[in-house]
Amino acid sequence: MRQNNVADSGAIKKKMNGYVGFSNYPNQVHRRSIKRGFNFTLMVVGESGLGKSTLINTLFESKVYPGRDDSAAVGAVEHPNGVEISSVTADIQENGIKLKLSVVDTPGFGDSINNEESWKPIVENVESRFDAYLAQENRVNRSKIVDNRVNALLYFIKPTGHRLRAIDIEFMKNLHTRVNLIPVIAKSDTLTPREVEQFKANVLADINYHGIQIFKPVSDEYDDPETIADNKDIAGKIPFAVIGSESFVERADGTKVRGRQYPWGIIEVENEQHNDFVRLRQMLLRTHMEELRDTTDVALYESYRTQKLLAMGHVQDAAVFREFNPRVQQEEEARAHYAKMQKLEAEMSAVFQQKVQEKEAKLKQSEEELHSRHKEMKAAMEAQRTALEEQKRRAQAAMPVPGTAEPMYQTQPRKDKKKLFGGF
Amino acid sequence: MSANDNQTYVGFDTITQQMERKFLKRGFNFNVILVGESGMGKSTLVNSIFSSHLVDSQGRRTAQEVIRKTTEISPVTQTLEENGVRVKLTIIDTPGFGDQCNNEGCWVPVIKYIKDQHAAYLERELKPQRDRVISDTRVHACLYFLNPGNRGLRPLDVEVLKRLTEVTNVIPVIAKSDSMTVDERTVFKRRIKEELAFHRISVYPYASDEDDDEDRALNASIKELVPFAVVGSEEIIEIDGKSIRGRRHGWGVINIFDEGHSDFVHLRNFLLRTHLSDLVEVTAQRHYEQFRTSQLRQIKEMRAQQAAAAAAGQSGMPAPSVPLPHQPTMAQA
Repeated sequence: MRQNNVADSGAIKKKMNGYVGFSNYPNQVHRRSIKRGFNFTLMVVGESGLGKSTLINTLFESKVYPGRDDSAAVGAVEHPNGVEISSVTADIQENGIKLKLSVVDTPGFGDSINNEESWKPIVENVESRFDAYLAQENRVNRSKIVDNRVNALLYFIKPTGHRLRAIDIEFMKNLHTRVNLIPVIAKSDTLTPREVEQFKANVLADINYHGIQIFKPVSDEYDDPETIADNKDIAGKIPFAVIGSESFVERADGTKVRGRQYPWGIIEVENEQHNDFVRLRQMLLRTHMEELRDTTDVALYESYRTQKLLAMGHVQDAAVFREFNPRVQQEEEARAHYAKMQKLEAEMSAVFQQKVQEKEAKLKQSEEELHSRHKEMKAAMEAQRTALEEQKRRAQAAMPVPGTAEPMYQTQPRKDKKKLFGGF
Repeated sequence: MSANDNQTYVGFDTITQQMERKFLKRGFNFNVILVGESGMGKSTLVNSIFSSHLVDSQGRRTAQEVIRKTTEISPVTQTLEENGVRVKLTIIDTPGFGDQCNNEGCWVPVIKYIKDQHAAYLERELKPQRDRVISDTRVHACLYFLNPGNRGLRPLDVEVLKRLTEVTNVIPVIAKSDSMTVDERTVFKRRIKEELAFHRISVYPYASDEDDDEDRALNASIKELVPFAVVGSEEIIEIDGKSIRGRRHGWGVINIFDEGHSDFVHLRNFLLRTHLSDLVEVTAQRHYEQFRTSQLRQIKEMRAQQAAAAAAGQSGMPAPSVPLPHQPTMAQA
């Protein structure tokens, strides 16, 4: 029976009459990847004392991370250089599958008084891993590419029971476009179940309000209903409220489990009623590890690459794909050069004109000034002259001509006369 | 003096009863300041100690609320009464302390507030006409909240504690200690004590020469417990028919009054039942006197400077009453 269904892509969907065998392809891929082995890079970020190392060791059931050194000297400043990046790599094996696990720790994050720049070294580290991969991709010989890009980032939130703190929001806003961000509520055994619910709701509200993208398992149409239900379950528990423990405790019935012993009871790490550790482990290792790696490669790395190349001035140039013709290129260059020269010339002449105008205006102005000054001075001189003439006239009129005046009294010597008339 | 010998019995031993009666009539003030980041359990602890809802938590209520940019000081005063004794209790909360990314100087408003109270008291003391009873707003105790889980003191803790212990009685507390097992608690306390000694930070109770053996023994046992690892709760839970104050987890119930679970009982007794009057006294005798001495010395220096300036023929105008020079700058605080 042949059915001709025209699917969305325009291809015709055909049904086969017998077993062909290409459904064995995934197994071939599987065998090949097992030979190659997998690698996974996990970054953990959080203030000291939130149980990061313990959680890593609990997740991988081995002492991957040495944890902190309790014998350090009293009073010594723990991280004088701010945030450090330290990475530990372990090769672990399970059922014949080899995993090269790298854990990148960030000691010193949030421990100083001023933590405004705490996130910068971490962003730089993530981006430098992208850069290293980009450089390898652009090499001529690409047979051996080492992938140490960060596949997932566990961010540890302090269990205050209130909301996200300033440093949490700041960090997540700067990192969420570069890594798969998985927020985790650390040391959640300090919160009662009701407080955990409330805290999770508050944290999610803060995350949504600030537009932070966290990693969420999504189902598509190819998944079976069981997987879909599982994914929804896991997604509903984010952010995971976890505890970790490297030691075993004995339960009432004598069995030994990983857990913590308190005077009021025992909390078990792997008990789903007690905390979300099992869900975190399931998502991180058992179901979504490949998804995390895939998202890193396809979405996060690609967006970083695009941004970086655009910023460096690369344009999507279709000419790259055409054939390379030197003569045409030379002509183009000559034309471009000529056009540039023209433009320069026009510019220079414009500037020259402008300068000439300016100078003219200035000269005219100074000419006017001089003119007006000249006029002023002339007027002043005239005024002075008329004044002096007036004086002279007056003096002449007042002074009697010697011999014509009536000799009422004896003529006095000249200086007395001066005095009589008020002396000039 | 034997009280049953009528001839030789004078009767001045009744002074304690007279004082008690006067005290009952007058009532007294008790001021406590809570210093710690939001979410450390400050409000819950205070409400548990005084067995009533005195303060509300000052955390953010919605995502839209902006994170505080500075430390605010919010005092809440209430009058409590027990067996005829009235106490005017002021709890001073410090929302915004240590909550920002950059916490440089977040302690300045706190130190300023404490010094302001000393200054206000000094001003009233120096007035020519004094009130009969000066209302005491000085901070008698400071509960400093430490983070459980760190190895020891954080850099911020060291900075703030150094400054706080100079102006008030500081009692370090771990409020959410239900995240630490008993072993972890012991290690943490030992580490904190070592670090406090290393940085020469002296927390209350202080040793004094007047202590007798009983006092010394009591103080020694208190010092053993510092910092107090407590759990606070406003919820009453019923287990086995009894109602206790505690927290219910999926794996057990914490009873805050159980000495094996937390040091809450010890802290409450220490704060209220044994050392309450001592806290008030030490504030007056030690911290206030220190403040007063430094202030008066500064005033004297200022006056001397002004006199010198006037003598040098400049236009020095000595003010009739010199205002108290207390203005904590960034360098001082």
